[in-house]
Amino acid sequence: MVTRDDVIETVVSLFKKAHTELPDDVINGLRKAYEREDGVAKSILKALLDNIDASRTLKVPMCQDTGIPIVFIELGRDLCINFDLKDAIIEGVKRATKEVPLRPNAVHPITRKNPGTNVGLHIPQIDIDLVEGDRMKITVMPKGAGSENVSSLKMLLPSEVSKIERFIIEAVKNARGKPCPPIIVGVGIGSTFDGSAKLAKKALLRNIDSMNEFELNVLEKINSLGIGPSGLGGKTTALAVLAEMGYCHTASLPVAVNIQCWANRRASAVLR
Amino acid sequence: MTEHRLRTPVEREEILRMDAGDVVYISGTMVTARDEAHIRMIEYLERGEELPFRVEDVVIYHCGPIIVEENGRYRAISAGPTTSARMNPLTPEVLEKVDRMVMVGKGGMNEDVVRALKNKGVYLAYTGGAGALAAQAIKEVQGVYWEDLGMPEAVWVFEVEDFGPCIVGIDARGNSLYREVEKTVEENFKLILSQP
Repeated sequence: MVTRDDVIETVVSLFKKAHTELPDDVINGLRKAYEREDGVAKSILKALLDNIDASRTLKVPMCQDTGIPIVFIELGRDLCINFDLKDAIIEGVKRATKEVPLRPNAVHPITRKNPGTNVGLHIPQIDIDLVEGDRMKITVMPKGAGSENVSSLKMLLPSEVSKIERFIIEAVKNARGKPCPPIIVGVGIGSTFDGSAKLAKKALLRNIDSMNEFELNVLEKINSLGIGPSGLGGKTTALAVLAEMGYCHTASLPVAVNIQCWANRRASAVLR
Repeated sequence: MTEHRLRTPVEREEILRMDAGDVVYISGTMVTARDEAHIRMIEYLERGEELPFRVEDVVIYHCGPIIVEENGRYRAISAGPTTSARMNPLTPEVLEKVDRMVMVGKGGMNEDVVRALKNKGVYLAYTGGAGALAAQAIKEVQGVYWEDLGMPEAVWVFEVEDFGPCIVGIDARGNSLYREVEKTVEENFKLILSQP
């Protein structure tokens, strides 16, 4: 039996974890990059690794941009819940904002007024997927704006399959140092306009060591651009390229590139 | 690669002595300013009104910190730099109206800013995203202006000690590390496209 309080507590503790404990696969990626770089690039990676340690030890957010709160729910169809799930998640985000604490980032898009709670119209962003089983998996992904702002989406022509790779590399090239490299490149290929963006975002939840041949090939090309850590030059522009695909209309080929900074914060828990 | 230890206020001679690529540590007063604070600064300067702080006396920090209040005192717990490029259209207007300026941010700034910085300012890069580390150099939050802008956009006054390492990204003679990297990246991009 999952209660409203379980969901609230879990959301709060997952945000705390995401902001203070970078996943091991990402830390290892940064350590490997540190080994192969020298000069300014190496000193920047050293600062990042020191920062990750400081965040974990002091239990303070590794980056002051604690992002916009995104919550993914996988809801087992055999699990019975007798409360308003979205409302519980919203309450969890409000509490996390006070308790972690998170920077209040959510503002009205036009007046730019900040309610101070990270809660507002359509925020937190909640994605609910119905799955088999009797469990609920909650994943939080705080997404920073530096990397989100340089993300890109294009409706390619069906005849432009060979241009997908170029579009991905170009998006990274145009972003240069703005998204806090080394970055992780989430890609959504196919689906619809909005569907491709969602695929690109969900790709960022994958382990960065799970790359296939296509992804590794694009990664190699991205790293030959020379943008480097913090955009000051170097061999490591990206730690990973992660692409997800979906069927699309025969007349279209949407491609979305969702860029993620090195602080690839994500944390999950299962409730049952 | 020379190392500079700055203490605010930073004099013009010191600004002119820094070369792109040099390493800098800052002690003294840093004042945060993002998009909204820049807009307000320009409004004040255009009206000829005095700002609550003197740009020449401090280091302008592109940063939206996380601040907690403990026993009536503010403390910065995570305070790394924000993307400076958002201030590209605003910075030359500020520079026009001040005598000199030292900025800290991340990700670099464009050629308009490079031109506006000539003989009067430098742009320093701090490691993007290193918020917990940066906060350790902040010894005290001395106050806040324009708190109505919200926590990230308000102007926070930090007393810092050996804030760094920062890299001189743009110096006062028109040199920009970002321009150099951009050139290399564009060349590499063409090379990648030419490969089968």
